[in-house]
Amino acid sequence: MIQADLNIILPEIILSVYAMLALIGAVYTSQDKAAAMLTYLTAIVFALVAFWIAGAGQATNIAFNGMFIDDGFSRFAKVTILLSAAAVLVMSQDYMSRRGLLKFEYPILIALAVVGMMVMVSAGDLMSLYMGLELQSLALYVVASFRRDSVKSTEAGMKYFVLGALSSGLLLYGASLIYGFAGTTTFSGIIDAAGHGPAPIGLLIGLVLVISGLAFKISAVPFHMWTPDVYEGSPTPVTAFFATAPKVAALALFARVMHDAFGHNVGDWQQVIALLSVLSMFLGAIAAIGQTNIKRLMAYSSIAHMGFAMMGLAAGTAYGVQSMLVYVAIYVTMNIGTFAFIMSMEKDGQPVTDISALNMLSKTEPTKAIAMLVLLFSLAGVPPMVGFFGKLYVLRAAFDAGLVWLAILGVIASVIGAYYYLRLVYFMYFGEDQDDALDRRSAPLLTSVLVASAIIMVVGVVNLFGIEGAAQMAAATLVN
Amino acid sequence: MSVATFAFYLFALCTITGGLFTVVSRNPVHSVLWLILAFLSSAGLFVLLGAEFVAMLLVIVYVGAVAVLFLFVVMMLDVDFAELKAEMSRYLPLALLIGLVLLMQLTMAFGVWTEADTAMAARTAVAPEGVENTVALGLLIYDQYILLFQLAGLILLVAMIGAIVLTLRHRKDVKRQNVLAQMWRDPAKAMELKDVKPGQGL
Amino acid sequence: MEKIILFAPLVGALIGGFGWRFIGEKGAQMVTTGMLFLAALLSWIVFLSFDGETQHIQILRFIESGALSTDWSIRLDRLTAIMLIVVTTVSALVHLYSFGYMAHDPAWKDGESYKPRFFAYLSFFTFAMLMLVTSDNLVQMFFGWEGVGVASYLLIGFYYRKPSANAAAIKAFVVNRVGDFGFALGIFGLFYLTDSIRFNDVFAAAPALADTTLHFLWADWNAANLLAFLLFIGAMGKSAQLFLHTWLPDAMEGPTPVSALIHAATMVTAGVFLVCRMSPLMEYAPEAMAFVTFLGATTAFFAATVGLVQNDIKRVIAYSTCSQLGYMFVAAGVGVYSVAMFHLFTHAFFKAMLFLGAGSVIHAMHHEQDMRNYGGLRKKIPYTYAAMMIGTLAITGVGIPLTHFGFAGFLSKDAVIESAWAGTAGGYAFWMLVIAALFTSFYSWRLMFLTFFGTPRGDKHTHDHAHESPVVMLVPLGVLALGAIFSGMLWYNSFFGDHNSVNKFFGIPVHETADTGHGSDTGHGEDKDHAADADHGAETTAKSDDHAHDDHAIVAHGEAPKGAIFMAADNHVMDDAHHAPKWVKVSPFVAMIIGLLMAIWFYIINPSLPKKLAESQRPLYLFLLNKWYFDEIYDFLFVNPAKAIGRFLWKRGDTAVIDGTINGIAMGIVPFFTRLAGRAQTGYIFTYAFAMVIGIVVLITWMSFNGGAH
Repeated sequence: MIQADLNIILPEIILSVYAMLALIGAVYTSQDKAAAMLTYLTAIVFALVAFWIAGAGQATNIAFNGMFIDDGFSRFAKVTILLSAAAVLVMSQDYMSRRGLLKFEYPILIALAVVGMMVMVSAGDLMSLYMGLELQSLALYVVASFRRDSVKSTEAGMKYFVLGALSSGLLLYGASLIYGFAGTTTFSGIIDAAGHGPAPIGLLIGLVLVISGLAFKISAVPFHMWTPDVYEGSPTPVTAFFATAPKVAALALFARVMHDAFGHNVGDWQQVIALLSVLSMFLGAIAAIGQTNIKRLMAYSSIAHMGFAMMGLAAGTAYGVQSMLVYVAIYVTMNIGTFAFIMSMEKDGQPVTDISALNMLSKTEPTKAIAMLVLLFSLAGVPPMVGFFGKLYVLRAAFDAGLVWLAILGVIASVIGAYYYLRLVYFMYFGEDQDDALDRRSAPLLTSVLVASAIIMVVGVVNLFGIEGAAQMAAATLVN
Repeated sequence: MSVATFAFYLFALCTITGGLFTVVSRNPVHSVLWLILAFLSSAGLFVLLGAEFVAMLLVIVYVGAVAVLFLFVVMMLDVDFAELKAEMSRYLPLALLIGLVLLMQLTMAFGVWTEADTAMAARTAVAPEGVENTVALGLLIYDQYILLFQLAGLILLVAMIGAIVLTLRHRKDVKRQNVLAQMWRDPAKAMELKDVKPGQGL
Repeated sequence: MEKIILFAPLVGALIGGFGWRFIGEKGAQMVTTGMLFLAALLSWIVFLSFDGETQHIQILRFIESGALSTDWSIRLDRLTAIMLIVVTTVSALVHLYSFGYMAHDPAWKDGESYKPRFFAYLSFFTFAMLMLVTSDNLVQMFFGWEGVGVASYLLIGFYYRKPSANAAAIKAFVVNRVGDFGFALGIFGLFYLTDSIRFNDVFAAAPALADTTLHFLWADWNAANLLAFLLFIGAMGKSAQLFLHTWLPDAMEGPTPVSALIHAATMVTAGVFLVCRMSPLMEYAPEAMAFVTFLGATTAFFAATVGLVQNDIKRVIAYSTCSQLGYMFVAAGVGVYSVAMFHLFTHAFFKAMLFLGAGSVIHAMHHEQDMRNYGGLRKKIPYTYAAMMIGTLAITGVGIPLTHFGFAGFLSKDAVIESAWAGTAGGYAFWMLVIAALFTSFYSWRLMFLTFFGTPRGDKHTHDHAHESPVVMLVPLGVLALGAIFSGMLWYNSFFGDHNSVNKFFGIPVHETADTGHGSDTGHGEDKDHAADADHGAETTAKSDDHAHDDHAIVAHGEAPKGAIFMAADNHVMDDAHHAPKWVKVSPFVAMIIGLLMAIWFYIINPSLPKKLAESQRPLYLFLLNKWYFDEIYDFLFVNPAKAIGRFLWKRGDTAVIDGTINGIAMGIVPFFTRLAGRAQTGYIFTYAFAMVIGIVVLITWMSFNGGAH
């Protein structure tokens, strides 16, 4: 029996073992000299595991007495997580090593964080959920303060850690309430115990607390306060990582808990998530307007985008989950491209994040400017780009589920949000001329990631590269 | 009221009191001491539950190691907690109000507490009869909960890596003794004579 | 082959319009023109080899939406075949002509590229027009209808630096919208009642529509009449009939080849085509048809009177077009659709030629368009003179009375007038048309005399440098001259011969006797087997019945008429027209002679007479010169109130209310919240934790009140 279980979690085991071997190897041999190689190697391992999982078939496997579920939904999320993490790793090597930040622990911590995320999306039990969550979070806390000489970076890590501990506390308290009601921590046990009747208030409070703990991870308002500070303080590659893979994992976990454990109480969590969604969309849109730091701006942008993704979740239907998956996949792709651009922003060899540095970029770097323009339009949800279809998807899911008010508010929020994306475009194309333009350092890797992402945003409108079908199958395995 | 019941309420009260005073006491050293009380009371509660092993772990690990470490750290750091607390106390009225609301909510929830029909059956102890506490724990951890156990191990590994990577410094500006270099030193090469001509310099 | 005809112009337009930077201006012109000649060639092949049987050539599935399910397909019948050759031939010739006419346009500076754009628009127009005439359902037709509208707009406003051209383009577009609104309502009504927009289904339902009442605009109407009327409103707009005609004279702001192609030969005849195409419906709408007749006759008369006094050479021809379109509507209105198509067909040739000739004159005179500055040009530009003369002979209807020998206009116009006499029993329409024929003759000859005879007037320099047009402009004139001379005689029998030949032309089986020489070019009828394919009029569903129809006149209609045109069983107008008295048949000729003589008297013998007459009859002269004051009345009734409302909505509604609200939100409320959000981000952990706790409390409280709901 244990043999079968181990087979099911083989990808996670392989990644963990890889991380530990890499750790030992690096410690006993070359230490930080091999860090660059190790970074690429880790990215390759991620990609290989991703393809392996992607080709693993359709079966639903349950391991460890229901604590671990390997189904289409988790595989979709895992592939997204692994590929985005690989992309971020590849992008970050140059940036980190030029700043002297590239320690060999970096790829290893990322790898362990990814293991945590994979456990999260496969969690079938409140305990494995928590373990995955903590494994992920702890690694993230560390990488957030990776630039330990910088006050901002350490402060970011500290804030993230303390608030993360608080959210974990909330989550655990909620979990204990749920356990108190159901007498079990497995999702299947909880859904059976909850039954079809109206849920008692104790269970609902537990549910709210669990939602709060998860909402912290995807930085939904009002649990978002850490996001701008952490995004700003962390090294940019780490920020890029924060904005992508962990969001996917947390959202997928969110969807899994809601549907697997509380599938009969859609009406209850729907209103909570819809509320969080509206708050996130509006706060993300409104607060970003005042930002001059592009990393903070992307923080609010990610808050708003998570609001939209939650809109799909709030629909409470299979279509809603499908739309959420599509949305988050598009979101990750856009963000990777955008952060590739942000990482390439330098002045005199030093990274800059002030958006006024973008003035008249179209003149000095037309290729990057046009690619960034496409990405920003896509982020804003301007029609010909893929980003629009992501929004359309979730709006439709909300509309079909009868949440018309939510869809309308979403549209309004996206209109407000378009302002600050377009402001960046304005800077790039119509801003003032300035003397100290950005360095014109050639960073072929970052540029190609940026351009590739932009091209995907345009070409993807044809069929979204087929993720629609994959997301549909994934959603079907989760909601039934 | 049986002794066990009495002990339960005693320990529970102590735990809550300890937790409360950990937060509110002005002197950080006192806070740590209150924390130790809370740990100890919790250990008592574990004993009442029949989980002696966990209780001992709590005493040894948390009280004996963690809390004492806290104590040292707190005493060594010169942090003006009073100042921080002054900042926080501005929000105290609002905080009290919110705490009150939260408390009411929870009281309400526990007042009408219901649980699923299957809950009690699902919850009953999984430990087999006639097996020692430690053995039972081992059986569970290494069998039913192996996944969680291993994940916990990974978490600790991450914590360790994190602690090292964030604090370990290879200082370049400190001179260290290199014994081998000293031993293999060649006196002939240690000094070089230059013939300096007057008025020219080197 | 039909698909090639349809898409060749589109391909040409796309290549020419978007690809000219790669193939050069010359290349773009070559490609578009080449495509058009290909289409024209294939069209003639289709026309001549067409056997009369309606074909449906599917291109793709077009719309699937609820009950609305339709293909995009080509309906190929006699009507389509006629329109195909008209459109593609004139278009191809106009393309060729434009090589010369547009070669050095003074409206553009050196180095500015305008030719590829012009040719692409022309080709695009042709494509849209072909879409219109080949349509198999109403929506497809509407697509083409709007497509030609767009192309017309673009080409009228081609000289976009000229404010008057822009104004004219907008006017054409807006006036056409009025008509299109009626057309669209008609389509909606047909779909509403028949649940289909395919012509076949609509036609099949036509008899039933005649017995249906429809509630519309607070009253009950006969459905067939109402719908026919609404469709006709669309036709009125496109074909510049009275009340919606004001755009056509202004449309002369466009380059002259455009006037020839769009505003004489093809687009403006779309209305006539529409009425003929919808003949199965029209036949059941007698009141609507009476209105068509009345309006057509009035337009013919009105436009002819205005044409008498215009001085701009193109405007004279424009009013002439307007007038001739009135003739066509009269023919259609009295139920002789074949004659309407006949006049459309011949008119396309001679009117296009007149326009191109006028263009040649304008070209020779360095873009001078006022006839008062012409005179004595016949020696300077002899070929143009010859062509214009042929066109004038054709439009005024010169021929030998009581025979079928004459210029194209002679045959077709006389046919119209005879039909009008028969259809209205010698009433209003007939007399209007005869008078209009007189005026037509007068103003056509006036144009000729002012331009080519007499002494040169105006700028001497211009006259000295007047030169004959290049050969690329003369060749189209020559080709069209052939059409203007012979098209009437060749196809007289097919359109307005005895029943047998007309029916044969449109697919009803006949004995191959009546038309010996004239009809043979049509290339059908030799094959007896094809005679079985009865399309015109009414084919009852059973094939075997067809032979029984042989000697019938227009036979009783069946349940699903699917002919190119359809005439009801009691429609004997064409027969009656053939048996009209001699004086009726001679009357247009007499009118023509009177007009000619008057023109000679006014402009050759006594050139000072017109001025005197204008002074003695000043009110009448001004009334005519100002086009019956239609523009002024419309300005007062519609344009100025609309502008006032627009200004009000713009200043008060848009600027004050909408912009004010949006600006208020965008510049007041949103920044306020932005500052608020910024202030909340204090940077202190406990603030953040506090926000989380507040969130928890709110959510839990929310759940306590609203939770547990299902």
